[in-house]
Amino acid sequence: MENTAAVIDKSKQNVWSGGIAPMKASYGKLMMWFFLLSDAFTFSALLITYGLIRFSHPAYDGTIADFKFSQEYWPVPDKVFEAFPGMHALGIESAPLVFVGIMTFILILSSVTMVLAVEAGARMDRKEVEKWMLWTILGGFTFLGCQAWEWSHFIHGSEMSMNAVGNIITGAGLSQNQYGPPNFAALFFFITGFHGFHVFSGVMLNFIIFYQAMVGIFDKRGHYEMVEKVGLYWHFVDLVWVFVFTFFYLI
Amino acid sequence: MEQQTSQIQVKPADKKKIQKIWKVAGILSGITAIEFIIAFTIGAGTAKTFLFIALTIWKAFYIVSEFMHLGHEKRSLKMSILLPLLFVIFLIFIMIYQGSAIYDMLNG
Repeated sequence: MENTAAVIDKSKQNVWSGGIAPMKASYGKLMMWFFLLSDAFTFSALLITYGLIRFSHPAYDGTIADFKFSQEYWPVPDKVFEAFPGMHALGIESAPLVFVGIMTFILILSSVTMVLAVEAGARMDRKEVEKWMLWTILGGFTFLGCQAWEWSHFIHGSEMSMNAVGNIITGAGLSQNQYGPPNFAALFFFITGFHGFHVFSGVMLNFIIFYQAMVGIFDKRGHYEMVEKVGLYWHFVDLVWVFVFTFFYLI
Repeated sequence: MEQQTSQIQVKPADKKKIQKIWKVAGILSGITAIEFIIAFTIGAGTAKTFLFIALTIWKAFYIVSEFMHLGHEKRSLKMSILLPLLFVIFLIFIMIYQGSAIYDMLNG
């Protein structure tokens, strides 16, 4: 028996022949990456659908100053998203993209606080993890609040426009909207809604992590890798918003 | 359990690492600010669209590489995440082409 006991020379072993982790990442972290890859495909499909439907509608070719909402062509986003809470009280007529810009900054900042939480977790610093997780949760909730206001404003509408048969429409629903072709609002609800759902589940996951850090589960476990995994998800949500912001609001 | 908790050693914060995080945050905010300036100064057109897409990809690079730490992972992990995304580029081209074809069919 002693003669058959194999002595394995690790240096000569192929990294892919088993027994070691060739990607130097834990199972959980790898699976989070592959989940995010599949989620990236889902969001890509939604945004590409936006491109396909937009390209199949006529584009507005006049000047921005003369732009009016019409069912005939795709709307200019600066003219659709120009509202800001309380702007009429302040005497401001239109603030194009300001609100959505603030939302973008909030999400980027909450991503930064998440990196700081991950960094604190790597140092086993429970107090710091709790502090930065709380800021991240706050950022997530603020973003969701902003989105709720934006949806409400989009649905209720402000100006009126005519539909194909000459009826007056205010606001937006899935079948028709004041801003342009019916698909415009449908895509808005689908894409920002699906992203908002991700933000919501992200906030829930962040809260679970905050709670688990608080009661000392990670200290007992001896590592804070869970913070890192949920951090990956949270950064992904921010990443998707960067693309939604460009393709829905800027272009 | 008590013994385990008392063994935990909190390491001091690495100033350089934290500085780097804030630097990346500054870059991301800076690019977003530039996007705003472009949105109101340059007229609509292909150049503007491509500028926006380039800035978006630049931002995405910083988020994925630094915040998600992919830039510092093993090459095999990097490639298994990035290469499948080539399919997305393919899908963009065929679907935009398809969109224009639908437009021509309805209006041509």
